[in-house]
Amino acid sequence: MLRDITIGQYYSADSVLHRMDPRTKLLGTMIYLVSLFLFDSAPVYALAAVFLGVVIMLSKVPFSYMVKGLKSILFLLLFTVFMNMLFVKGEVIWSFWKLQVTREGLRKSGFMAARLILLILGSNLMTLTTTPTRLTNAMESVMKPLKLIKVPVHEIAMMMSIALRFIPILLDETDKIMKAQLARGADFESGNLIRKAKSMVPVLVPLFISAFRRANDLAMAMEARCYHGGKGRTQMKPLKYAGRDFAAYAVLLLYLAGVIVIGKFL
Amino acid sequence: MEDMKLIADHLVYEYNKGTNQTVRALDDVNFVIRTGEFIGLIGHTGSGKSTLVQHLNALLKPDSGTIYYDGADVFEKGYDRKALRGKVGLVFQYPEHQLFEETVFKEVCYGPINMGLDTKEVEMTAYAAIKRVGLPDECIDQSPFDLSGGQKRRVAIASVLAMKPEILVLDEPTAGLDPKGRDELLSMIVELREKEGITVVLVSHSMEDVAEYVERIIVMDKGKILYDDVPKAVFSHAEELEAIGLAAPQVTYILKDLKAAGFDVDTTGITLAEAKETILQALTWKH
Repeated sequence: MLRDITIGQYYSADSVLHRMDPRTKLLGTMIYLVSLFLFDSAPVYALAAVFLGVVIMLSKVPFSYMVKGLKSILFLLLFTVFMNMLFVKGEVIWSFWKLQVTREGLRKSGFMAARLILLILGSNLMTLTTTPTRLTNAMESVMKPLKLIKVPVHEIAMMMSIALRFIPILLDETDKIMKAQLARGADFESGNLIRKAKSMVPVLVPLFISAFRRANDLAMAMEARCYHGGKGRTQMKPLKYAGRDFAAYAVLLLYLAGVIVIGKFL
Repeated sequence: MEDMKLIADHLVYEYNKGTNQTVRALDDVNFVIRTGEFIGLIGHTGSGKSTLVQHLNALLKPDSGTIYYDGADVFEKGYDRKALRGKVGLVFQYPEHQLFEETVFKEVCYGPINMGLDTKEVEMTAYAAIKRVGLPDECIDQSPFDLSGGQKRRVAIASVLAMKPEILVLDEPTAGLDPKGRDELLSMIVELREKEGITVVLVSHSMEDVAEYVERIIVMDKGKILYDDVPKAVFSHAEELEAIGLAAPQVTYILKDLKAAGFDVDTTGITLAEAKETILQALTWKH
């Protein structure tokens, strides 16, 4: 039941994207996300969608798996579309009581939906093809310049990687706890909101206890191995750019140029 | 239909469907549980035994095949699966996954309350269940989190027993217990069965656990049922069991070695008592 959440989960496969340096993927994703905000134009979104489609195909992650990740933002998506549709002023094409749907509103909500979907798919693709460890390595490496202004880059990256690492563990645990309580006749589905919230107590209490216990154990294990922060720490597999990364950057630049050309002149 | 309490009919279940890591956890599993039986379900880690027990009370829905309980298909639309979970009581391996109340008593009350009993009945069955698993009176008002590992496990079992199940399924009840705690827990289960005639399914990977107590053993490997027979018959396949990462009880090996060394012992013995008897017999014959 909880396995549908794909955000922050790694999908193991052997593809160009999986082998790519995580920094390339991180920067690439950022460039892609920025490109979505540059222009409000249909051809640009079409290009962005095609680009993402090709990249997803290259990643060997099944498309159905990607779409599952969208389920979690369905509400947000509908809400944004609805709000934009109703409250953007302009040429009225349909009205009911005090509500008005305008041509501009429809246009705006269409773009909004496209942007949100591509945004989520784009960032999901990164986490699906990159293990959390590699992702935080990349973040640490990309944020290195901030060390000069005393930002604790390593500590932030370590916290991130621990948090990401624990998402699947806690999801798994929640699943087990829910099953254990279901076996004792728990009912998570029926009843009103208050009853439903109350029925979650038998899940949340064991979950929190276990999360604290795990945090404690982890801290102990790290200390036992003399962890003392980032100073003087080296990596077993340092990140290294390969040919495919330069090729990827070239493709990204081409894509960005394409977006700008289409956005400006079409 | 002669007494077939629960029927597993061609169960198939797969994990990670739709990805490149599909695992077939159950592959055409069939068996029958009759009232009053004491069954041991054994298999190596990943053999599918935990997946299987979660089908017995409809926590997992099979991809194909089904479970019949008292002749009714439990995966049919409209079947009261909550009531089923009261009748097929499943105790999971880790009590930490279910303890949440302030006191042991409230903890054990959770199940019967969910079953919709009235307050008086709930309290009575809860108290009876706590007594049945052999927890001392002073535990009742203690926090379940302050108890020892073995006691926590008893609370978990009591909390399922309080729903008055007809079949009790225990997933690795002795894992992580010391030998004394293990013996105490197992003899408690045997006593429960003898006194109340409750049907028990004991899931374990320890041969010693099951050999001594159960009447029938189901061996699972890679999602399939390999053997389903009385313990003596199952343990006569010692080599095959070893090939799938299991083993016969240690005394069986000793008897086999003795036989090879020229003693006239009966190698089908699986418990310590049986071994003792046949060894003594062999020795007296020699003299």
